[in-house]
Amino acid sequence: MGVAVLIKQVPDTTSKVSVAGDRVDESSVSKWSISPYDEYALECAMRLKESGYSEVVAITCGPQRSSKALTEAAAVGADSLIHVHVEDSLDSIQVQTLLSAAIKRTGSEIVLCGKQAADTNSGSTGPGIASILDYSCVGVVSEVSVDDGVLVATRQGPSGLEEIEVSAPCLFTFDKGESELRRPNVRGIMMAKKKTVEALTPGDLGVDLGESAVIVNSHSSPPDKPPGQKFEGVSSIATVVQKLRDEANVI
Amino acid sequence: MEVIVISESNGDLLHPVTAQLVGASSSLGGNITILCPGGKGLSEAAEISGVSKVISVEGDCFQSYDSNAWSKALAPHAEGDLVLTSSSSTGRELASSIAAIRGIPVLQDATNISEGIVVSRPIYSGKVIETSSVKIPCVITLRANSYEASESSGKAEISTVNQTADVTISIRKALERAGEKIDVSEADIIISGGRGMGEPSNFSNLEEVADLLGAAVGASRAAVDTWDEIPHSMQVGQTGKTVTPSLYIAVGISGAIQHLAGMRTSKYIVAINKDPEAPIFGVADYGVVATWEEALPALKNELSALLSN
Repeated sequence: MGVAVLIKQVPDTTSKVSVAGDRVDESSVSKWSISPYDEYALECAMRLKESGYSEVVAITCGPQRSSKALTEAAAVGADSLIHVHVEDSLDSIQVQTLLSAAIKRTGSEIVLCGKQAADTNSGSTGPGIASILDYSCVGVVSEVSVDDGVLVATRQGPSGLEEIEVSAPCLFTFDKGESELRRPNVRGIMMAKKKTVEALTPGDLGVDLGESAVIVNSHSSPPDKPPGQKFEGVSSIATVVQKLRDEANVI
Repeated sequence: MEVIVISESNGDLLHPVTAQLVGASSSLGGNITILCPGGKGLSEAAEISGVSKVISVEGDCFQSYDSNAWSKALAPHAEGDLVLTSSSSTGRELASSIAAIRGIPVLQDATNISEGIVVSRPIYSGKVIETSSVKIPCVITLRANSYEASESSGKAEISTVNQTADVTISIRKALERAGEKIDVSEADIIISGGRGMGEPSNFSNLEEVADLLGAAVGASRAAVDTWDEIPHSMQVGQTGKTVTPSLYIAVGISGAIQHLAGMRTSKYIVAINKDPEAPIFGVADYGVVATWEEALPALKNELSALLSN
């Protein structure tokens, strides 16, 4: 049985994100990377493979540039790569429909992804796909392993941190975990360059996207805050506390 | 417009964000129904002003959390033009699943919703504000503390429906109970420490101030990565939690870009740092150049004096 890991290419978290006109200026992004929470999912996929699952397929949905994220996944050991190629901005249900169709095509019954992407910060994709495919959905996990045929995960649920068990088919969304993504070795990088990326259009997946129900009107930088007041030395604490009450009204 | 608000619970009680969801819905002029998963916080929900109906959705599946099962049980009763939940982890999961079941879009973490429907939300961890128009029907999750809570002088009609779905997740053991400490993503006041705190045991000084203010204690990534005693659940920043409290007090935090991304939208920021050049002072409304060893006892004394008045 194979494991599918969903990854999204986003501006690296160390890269500056700026707005030009009324859109995020992609040309100012100095480096694109796999979204950090997806990296935890990818690392877990590699560990599941080491514990006996047959294959890891990495899937992404996005414009041409995002293919590189798949090659990076291959460098750490992803066996096959699927790029659902779309250039337009899609709404959540369109993305979920495409990725669900791609997962179905692979037959994977274990799906791993980040709890949210570092660009949109949404977190809609994982739970939405689980509902479309009617897979169990375990959100905000830090670890998934296999114990006697069942999947065991540590999740941050509404009642606290807990260890749960679940059977496939199941989708997990990853929080930051203990295990950072392994670094690729030279051989992995060389092999990844030769690996074929299967590029699919919505039509190839039998999906008629229709129109997006969400239209982005603008991106803007958050308003600059007025310059703050700075004080020297501990004696100013009393002043600051008084200002928090009188000026800010927050205590 | 028919608005369905899915309530958020805190243990057996209603979470205060629920009244904020109603506040946001009222500003749109909708006819508001609240769904209470598992009937939690039902009577409190019925007292929120501006609500016409409260429906308790009861079934075995609500005994433990399984987002897929909960969504299947809730979706048949969430047929409105607009479905609204909190943007907590649970709220986001239910919103995404219910939207997918209905085949409609979801927009997460809105800080403003106006007629049209036009939604503003922070993306790139608050570095960019996105404004978009969405067609109804749709699902939206709202960031806590973005709207004033609706008052509690209402008297909505209460009804019960029995609806359940198969639970597929079983809990083996609880590792750490929620609710013992205030969670940073829900707190109205946060005091956070960084690596400048020297060692993890010194965080007890932050906790003493937090107790006075009813605040949550947070931490920078540097502190979480350096000390095992400081759990990831306390981390504020790009790979931690994004927070918007009324007051954020940063102690011994230099202000790396990843940390600023998680807290810069706080209403008021106080920075205490011994280094006058620390970048955290660039976002602070009130900066104090002092060591934490001097500043925290002084802060505790001043707050005790002020709050006992």
